Amino acid sequence: MSDETPDTSASAGAYWKKNIRLLITLMAIWFIVSFGFGILLRDFLDQFMLGGFPLGFWFAQQGSIYVFILLVFYYAWKVKKIEREYDLDD
Amino acid sequence: MSTQNLIYLFVGISFALYIGIAIWTRAGSTKEFYVAGGGVHPIVNGMATAADWMSAASFISMAGLIAFMGYDGSVYLMGWTGGYVVLALLLAPYLRKFGQFTVPDFIGTRYYSKVARTVAVICLIFISFTYIAGQMRGVGIVFSRFLDVDVNMGVIIGMCIVFVYAVLGGMKGITYTQVAQYCVLIFAYMVPAFFISMLVTGNPIPQLGLGSTVNDGSGMYVLQKLDESLQMMGFGPYTDGSKSMIDVFCITAALMIGTAGLPHVIVRFFTVPKASDARRSAGWALIFIALLYTTAPAVAAFARLNFNSTVNEQSYAEAPGWFKNWEKNNLIAWTDKNGDGVMQVAKGDAFKGAPEFAEGTGPNGERLVSNEVLTDNANEVYVDKDIMVLANPEIANLPGWVIALVAAGGLAAALSTAAGLLLVISTAVSHDLLKSTFKPSISEKGELLAARVAATCAIVVAGILGIYPPGWVAQVVAFAFGLAAASLFPAIFMGIFSKTMNKEGAIAGMVTGLVFTFVYIAYFKLVNPDANVAENWLLGISPEGIGVIGMVLNFIVALVVMKMTAPAPAEIGRLVESIRVPRGAGEARAH
Repeated sequence: MSDETPDTSASAGAYWKKNIRLLITLMAIWFIVSFGFGILLRDFLDQFMLGGFPLGFWFAQQGSIYVFILLVFYYAWKVKKIEREYDLDD
Repeated sequence: MSTQNLIYLFVGISFALYIGIAIWTRAGSTKEFYVAGGGVHPIVNGMATAADWMSAASFISMAGLIAFMGYDGSVYLMGWTGGYVVLALLLAPYLRKFGQFTVPDFIGTRYYSKVARTVAVICLIFISFTYIAGQMRGVGIVFSRFLDVDVNMGVIIGMCIVFVYAVLGGMKGITYTQVAQYCVLIFAYMVPAFFISMLVTGNPIPQLGLGSTVNDGSGMYVLQKLDESLQMMGFGPYTDGSKSMIDVFCITAALMIGTAGLPHVIVRFFTVPKASDARRSAGWALIFIALLYTTAPAVAAFARLNFNSTVNEQSYAEAPGWFKNWEKNNLIAWTDKNGDGVMQVAKGDAFKGAPEFAEGTGPNGERLVSNEVLTDNANEVYVDKDIMVLANPEIANLPGWVIALVAAGGLAAALSTAAGLLLVISTAVSHDLLKSTFKPSISEKGELLAARVAATCAIVVAGILGIYPPGWVAQVVAFAFGLAAASLFPAIFMGIFSKTMNKEGAIAGMVTGLVFTFVYIAYFKLVNPDANVAENWLLGISPEGIGVIGMVLNFIVALVVMKMTAPAPAEIGRLVESIRVPRGAGEARAH
């Protein structure tokens, strides 16, 4: 299927390393806002209020979802920049 | 015009619209049938994905579930949105770059094995049929509630509609129909939500209303008031759950990873032109989904608050109109345990099982039930959770056309999901089994015909499952997500992020994850449902969340087996390298 495979040279390797580092950072945030703030640290966060929301409850039912959206669009923008840097964008 | 006629009108117009779109966007080639030609705009695909994703259960049942689960309902909210982060960051762009038609295509090619492909097809068919049986039933139930037809007749009408646009239009027809269905369903969901939020808090935006004060002069926040009223009635507070932390953690994770591994969701990202479009498209899908998913918890809290204040300690004679309306539709029942003519709502079930209505009415005019009354608790009211969404327009005193809109929205949600599932099933049969495994010589025309025949058969089977639902249908929704998380997700993930994972490892991993998860769920849900309590669960993890453990086992077994068997050939390493860089994705192509 690879009739148009791009060169698998050093630049592809460097691009992939940068991509992996970005992915690890963003997936860590994904984990922290949902599993961290929404579940594991919920009892602690619930002592703070965000308007009428206990903070942990807010993360579990609202906040984590907003952060998810930001993560996906940030990744799409940032990884495109990295691709351009290595001339590998589509 | 009467509400009933408005419902016929709205549903009729929406069906005409779907069929019109299907005729206009007929598929002429396998590429159009499987991936809509591969040229769908990312925003359009995002909208179609959202409709594909949000089923009758999301539309009608989810807010009701959350209303009665409180904090525990967060597992659905985070689980069914967080999966799109996993999908957008870890899977979708690479699968799009790979550039074929199906998930088994990827697994079969990446693991250079027909066995791997066949295992993937089995996982896919099992996951999708589990899911679709519930959808068809959902179509029937929506029909019967709003259109005054029998549930089975409703299923048959639904089958005919889906037949027209799925078989005729393939992925191309489905995509554009789903866009229309998304618009219908989100409008139908948001309009009553705005009014309910306005009514309860004075703030029309439900997401903000949930954090505002109640509009009754008490100055209390919505959640505060809800906690207080529930505690007074003997329930736990709304903002506190009853599930253990490890169970909430595992269910959320299983739903997230399962979402990312569901074939009918993944395949939607094969329809956009480029790998970078797949990433953006997942973001748009998430926005469109989040609109409903951030509104649902608000609707849930408002509806529960309203239910507590208008039903509890209210004499039946003065019960609100919607209460009696839905009592007529079998979704609400009241049994006056203490004979005071007043409805008491408390913890526990009013009687055993779903209400079976007897002839005649009681002393207060309520419908009598023949169920065995449970006297170990004070609760007198049975309420189907779906009420929380269905009765919204009446609670907010909205005009008949809003009720008609909700009917059309519920049908749009059920039909769009059913069509998406039917498509991946038919594709798995015509493309993965017939074309790629048994009869590679088949012509393009023959394959397209096979796809249409397979779609027709799948509709008939799904319809039969909807008309004669095996008792376990409602019990096995957990199957779809758990199995996707435990079988397909790890194989796809390792196929992208490891160059060395070989076919032996991938197959052993998939089989282990599938069998372990299947056996665990089947034991607690089908074989021995009485044992389904926390004390018997492995590590305290319920069957809903066990897919995560299945996933971990899949990874471990795959890695161990890989170490003991022959390494993946060099050309697989090059294939993986080409998947990882976005350049040169071109169009999804036949091969």
